[in-house]
Amino acid sequence: MGSSSLHPAVALSRTITVEINGTSYEREVDARRLLIHLIRDDLDLTGSHVGCDTGNCGACSVIFDGTLVKSCMLLAVQADGASIETVEGLADSDELNPLQQAFSDHHALQCGYCTPGMLMSATALLRVNPSPSDEEISKAIQGNICRCTGYWNIVKAIKAASGQEVGE
Amino acid sequence: MLLREVGYARPETVEQAVGLLAEHDGARALAGGQTLINVMKARAASPDVLVDLNEIPELKGIELRPDGTLEIGPMTTYTQLIASPEARARPILGEVCAQIADVQVRNRGTIGGNVCSSDPTNHLPPLMVAVGSEMTIVGADGERAVPAHEFFQGVYMTAVGPGELLTKITIPAGRGDGFAAVPIGMDGTCIVNAAASANGELRVALGCVGAVPELVRPSSADTEAVHEAVRAADLQPPGDVHASADYRRHLAEVVAARAVEQAAGRARE
Repeated sequence: MGSSSLHPAVALSRTITVEINGTSYEREVDARRLLIHLIRDDLDLTGSHVGCDTGNCGACSVIFDGTLVKSCMLLAVQADGASIETVEGLADSDELNPLQQAFSDHHALQCGYCTPGMLMSATALLRVNPSPSDEEISKAIQGNICRCTGYWNIVKAIKAASGQEVGE
Repeated sequence: MLLREVGYARPETVEQAVGLLAEHDGARALAGGQTLINVMKARAASPDVLVDLNEIPELKGIELRPDGTLEIGPMTTYTQLIASPEARARPILGEVCAQIADVQVRNRGTIGGNVCSSDPTNHLPPLMVAVGSEMTIVGADGERAVPAHEFFQGVYMTAVGPGELLTKITIPAGRGDGFAAVPIGMDGTCIVNAAASANGELRVALGCVGAVPELVRPSSADTEAVHEAVRAADLQPPGDVHASADYRRHLAEVVAARAVEQAAGRARE
């Protein structure tokens, strides 16, 4: 397909500006580039993972203009002007944030592949629901698949991070 | 995944979008992308041009008219509909949207995308047929309204033709609705689903049992009458790894009866 045959409003690539964890980036991206690849491959923020690449596993979850999305199901060009939060934005330099610390304390990860997505889903949940029940936590991480933990310790960690009592 | 090369446009009005869709034979409207981007990865769809609808304000928002009719912009996300005070005028809408997939998909996926993808396992096609919604479609020749039972034309096919765009979903007033499904895991893909509406005449639309929702009109809300009406529809559902055709026929009667029970109960309230 030659770009000369395209309507003037149609482009095969665009220059976009996107803010990620407070830093502004300007990049030219192909229209076919998925947002996760802009984040990981172009900007070297490799905390967000590609698990299934079919929108099922949630390892690529990021917070996009305040809402949780799977970054393998958006195009990078759609992030023009957006503000994005990834897992790299959670910790304050070397200090884990309370949610990350709770994941560590409650053994909420084994291989860790799903963890960046789990943390972003939990972050989005706790912003709108500061004291979630077990059931609300389970619903909130429904879009995130973990094949190690059986989820119990993840639910426990999120609950603990919200300041609620959890059993051992 | 690297997609095939594709052109991208981000129009700001319906007129511009329709112009772009008409100009390129291989153009597809991009709504929330929660289906389309995945089928592009699988090369099941390979549009030449994506017309992104996300920056078109006239396609967003929900309005409640004084007579109780809802007008839903097709670019409304599931999450926006669930949170909408207006949409509570027809409570079943938010209840069903809350059963679709997961938080991330609901945050991005749209009502219009769900109906326009016309996937037989989607939740909204049978619901739209049961509640008697009407779809407004805009093309180069102007605007037309299509009732939901004529909108769904086949697997992945709707009344929205090349160069056209769904611009509004109109839903009449009513509260006596029900929905029931047997999904693969909680909030998973449906094996069979049914939506019922008992506002005046009793309407039941069955999903996952054919290419398009199957509309049946039981003579009463009595459970046996519902089973009889579904049997009389002589469904020819597909069989697959999750359910044989016979099992789907059985489930169709069960979920239809559950949906009708809920709808009839609410109609009496």
